[in-house]
Amino acid sequence: MIEHSQSAEQQSVAWRVLCTRQDLVANSGVVALLDNTQVALFHLPQYSEGEQLFAVENRDPKSGANVIGRGIVGYIKGDLVIASPLYKQHFRLVDGSCVEYPEQRLRVWPVRLSDDRVEVAIATE
Amino acid sequence: MNSNMTPINNQTLVIIGNGMVGHHCVEQLTERGALAHYQVHVFGEERQRAYDRVHLSEYFGGRDAESLAMCEAGFYEQHGVHMHLGVAVLEIDRERKEVVTSEGRQAYDRLVLATGSYPFVPPIAGADGNSRLVYRTLDDLDAIRAAAKGARRGVIVGGGLLGLEAANALKSLGLEAHVVEFAPRLMPVQLDPDGGAALKARIEELGVRVHLNRATSEIVAGEEYAYRMNFSDGESLETDLIVFSAGIRPQDALGHNAGLNVAERGGVVIDSDYQTSDPDIFAIGECASWKGNVFGLVAPGYTMARNLASLLMGEPHESFIGADMSTKLKLLGVDVGSIGDAHAATPGAKSYRFNDEVNSSYRRLVVSPDGSQVIGAVLVGDNSFYDTLLQYAQNGIKLPADPASLILPAGEGAPALGADALPDTATICSCHNVSKGAVCCQVDAGCVDLGDLKAATKAGTGCGGCSALLKQVFEHELSARGVEVDKSLCEHFAHTRQELYGIVRVEGIISFDELLTKHGYGQIGCDICKPAVGSILASCWNQPITAPSLVPLQDTNDTFMANMQNNGTYSVVPRIAGGEITPDKLIALGAVAKKYDLYTKITGGQRIDLFGAELHQLPDIWGELIDAGFETGHAYGKSLRTVKSCVGSTWCRYGVQDSVGMALVLENRYKGLRSPHKIKFGVSGCTRECAEAQSKDVGVIATENGWNLYVAGNGGMRPRHAELFATDLDDQTLIRYIDRFLMFYVRTADRLQRTSVWREGLEGGLDYLKDVIINDSLALGAELESQMQLVIDRYECEWANALKDPEKLKRFRTFVNDERGDPDIKFVKEREQRRPLQAHELNLIPLAEEAL
Repeated sequence: MIEHSQSAEQQSVAWRVLCTRQDLVANSGVVALLDNTQVALFHLPQYSEGEQLFAVENRDPKSGANVIGRGIVGYIKGDLVIASPLYKQHFRLVDGSCVEYPEQRLRVWPVRLSDDRVEVAIATE
Repeated sequence: MNSNMTPINNQTLVIIGNGMVGHHCVEQLTERGALAHYQVHVFGEERQRAYDRVHLSEYFGGRDAESLAMCEAGFYEQHGVHMHLGVAVLEIDRERKEVVTSEGRQAYDRLVLATGSYPFVPPIAGADGNSRLVYRTLDDLDAIRAAAKGARRGVIVGGGLLGLEAANALKSLGLEAHVVEFAPRLMPVQLDPDGGAALKARIEELGVRVHLNRATSEIVAGEEYAYRMNFSDGESLETDLIVFSAGIRPQDALGHNAGLNVAERGGVVIDSDYQTSDPDIFAIGECASWKGNVFGLVAPGYTMARNLASLLMGEPHESFIGADMSTKLKLLGVDVGSIGDAHAATPGAKSYRFNDEVNSSYRRLVVSPDGSQVIGAVLVGDNSFYDTLLQYAQNGIKLPADPASLILPAGEGAPALGADALPDTATICSCHNVSKGAVCCQVDAGCVDLGDLKAATKAGTGCGGCSALLKQVFEHELSARGVEVDKSLCEHFAHTRQELYGIVRVEGIISFDELLTKHGYGQIGCDICKPAVGSILASCWNQPITAPSLVPLQDTNDTFMANMQNNGTYSVVPRIAGGEITPDKLIALGAVAKKYDLYTKITGGQRIDLFGAELHQLPDIWGELIDAGFETGHAYGKSLRTVKSCVGSTWCRYGVQDSVGMALVLENRYKGLRSPHKIKFGVSGCTRECAEAQSKDVGVIATENGWNLYVAGNGGMRPRHAELFATDLDDQTLIRYIDRFLMFYVRTADRLQRTSVWREGLEGGLDYLKDVIINDSLALGAELESQMQLVIDRYECEWANALKDPEKLKRFRTFVNDERGDPDIKFVKEREQRRPLQAHELNLIPLAEEAL
């Protein structure tokens, strides 16, 4: 299990529970509300480097619609990516950068599975 | 090159004749903006506007006059051309510069003769009525059809190109067809004796009887049949009707009577700039004689029309330099080709011959006296050699070391003439005069799509004979510029979709992971290969796409079984098979739309689209729709969409079959079939074609005897008329052909390739497709049918399947940790329905807030 939280532990962070493992859909995405922000969660239980979980912003910067969680997960040129379902541009799951349009970017959160709880890290004041 | 004529505004241009060449001239003139300079009047003797005479025999195969027309009905009006159809020009008054018609007089400044030709009927005693039919116009064909009623046998006099076409027409009318030819062989102009013999053997195999060396001396009443033809050698032949096709003669009477110079063998004499002996009168096409020659093919006629249009507009134009009379034909299904000096008439010319008397295949290659160049060829039985030989002949390409290899059967290692061997001046499309250089220009300008290339240059859109060569040259030029013509699906699979389909079938693979592990690279896949493989698995095994292993493969529309719209909401389209719906179901649909406040619109496919549903609302909406008796409409899938129908014989006074009934059968049979792209059907109850079936992937049109089947049509971005595939089918045969057609498409098409593009890319074209589907040439028929049956047997409404399983419904939540909908989705009211709020309207008050 890889946690995308390497630096998060050093900062002042809080882990917030979003949902449970049973809410996730294998090799695909679901969306959870984090206060007023929409977070898309992608779960790859059988990835070669171990189980993977990613939390990225659900809002597609091109269309302005909240649809990223409903895209197709893929692996392109060495990166795990999510393809936006509306205009098909790809975002890297690790850092939210866009493969085709550098000006587009998705916010990402550190995320982990704690027992069966899905938790994301948010910075605290 | 001359360009010294300047057009003067408001001159009057009169064109006499509205055949293919006359029409092409008008088309070329309008493209050049001629209507700003000329008042254009067109006089056509026939009632119909210009139609495709090259495909005249298809009139008996089910095509009507309208579908043979060269242009849309409003073309002439739209461009401001004054059209006088059914108006014969009686006289040209050169002194007053007027034409005299049955309707009065029309002045001209310039006049174009495009009157074409008429069939020559030798003076034979007793030839009259049904024993003196000809084969040239639609009216002629109507007369033949009328004569064929109740007839058993028909004779064609003349074994040339048109005569054999006419024999085919008689055959398709159900007559026993005989061809009587004066010369000792068929097609004496184009073929040598061995070629003629091979052709005779082939068409006799098809049931057409051929009589050579026969001169008809008289026609008298028959005993067993209506007429008896007595030949000069004492033999005779009885028949019910006789069609003369003994050659054509230029229709030059108007010119002749007006005192224009007329050639000895007929035709108004023109110079190389299409000018007759009167400088204000021009002649083009088959009515014109250039250096004593009349050109009876459409390509030189088009060349003349095109160049004359430039000349009349004062643009630089090309003078006429004669025309290549090489031809490639399919006569009664038999390939016949003739190039250049087919008879080796050039002094010192030498020939290579290949003669297969077992299969009646013949090929002759005529080379120059020094043996360095191709100067002619004759082909019977296999035209696959034609394109290469024509390029050798037209471009003076140096022969390979072993010239005989050019006509030997495949497998003998014939060196293929690569696209790079062609010079830039090589003509690729002779109908529209497109050279290899013109193709290169388009590629240099950034064209990377064959369809775009055809649209820009018109190449391949005339007779279509050059399609294969065009594609080859295009792909070669792309590769030469470093544009990848790699057929790999994506980085995960170095296979085409067709290859993956074969692997899945043969190895019985049922999951993406298995396919990727055994035949792919890397892991996970991507948004190209996952949906493609998902579609292949569904086509082959038709498991519910809601299965956990299949869900991650689907595009969002298939995943959630609804169509995502620009604001992330979905539209819902229940199936309304054939467009038939009861009032109760219509009310139920309205009630659901009202309850969930869904924007409602009638689609082009005769059903109803409900917009604006959020993800979490979909299961509730579908629960109510299924309770009301609806099932999913697959509007979200690359699959069968709709079968559009007209009301048919049940209500319509013109209908000849129950088109709605057939539409229901077809839609219910093929619903749920996943395919490379979406598929649309249409079923019309009569030839008026109100269901627009000819713009669909599969079109069915009722006839008095059954159904005509059309395939590979398309609307949308690149419209394409469907092609007539088979006629007068009974219900079972119709369904069998459609089963095979669809499965063959599913099996061999590329990813996201509609049937139209797939069909255009098929080597061997429509004939090949007919061979596979109708004649079962690949012995695939039974397999395709059983594969289709499996898909049909496993059909299940995907929404009903999902609603039964709480685990599958888990995904239909806008938020997994909150019951609310997406707060960013905002609507405004327009025309009494809600629609998404646009970004620039954020100052408007959304509906949700209005309610607060």
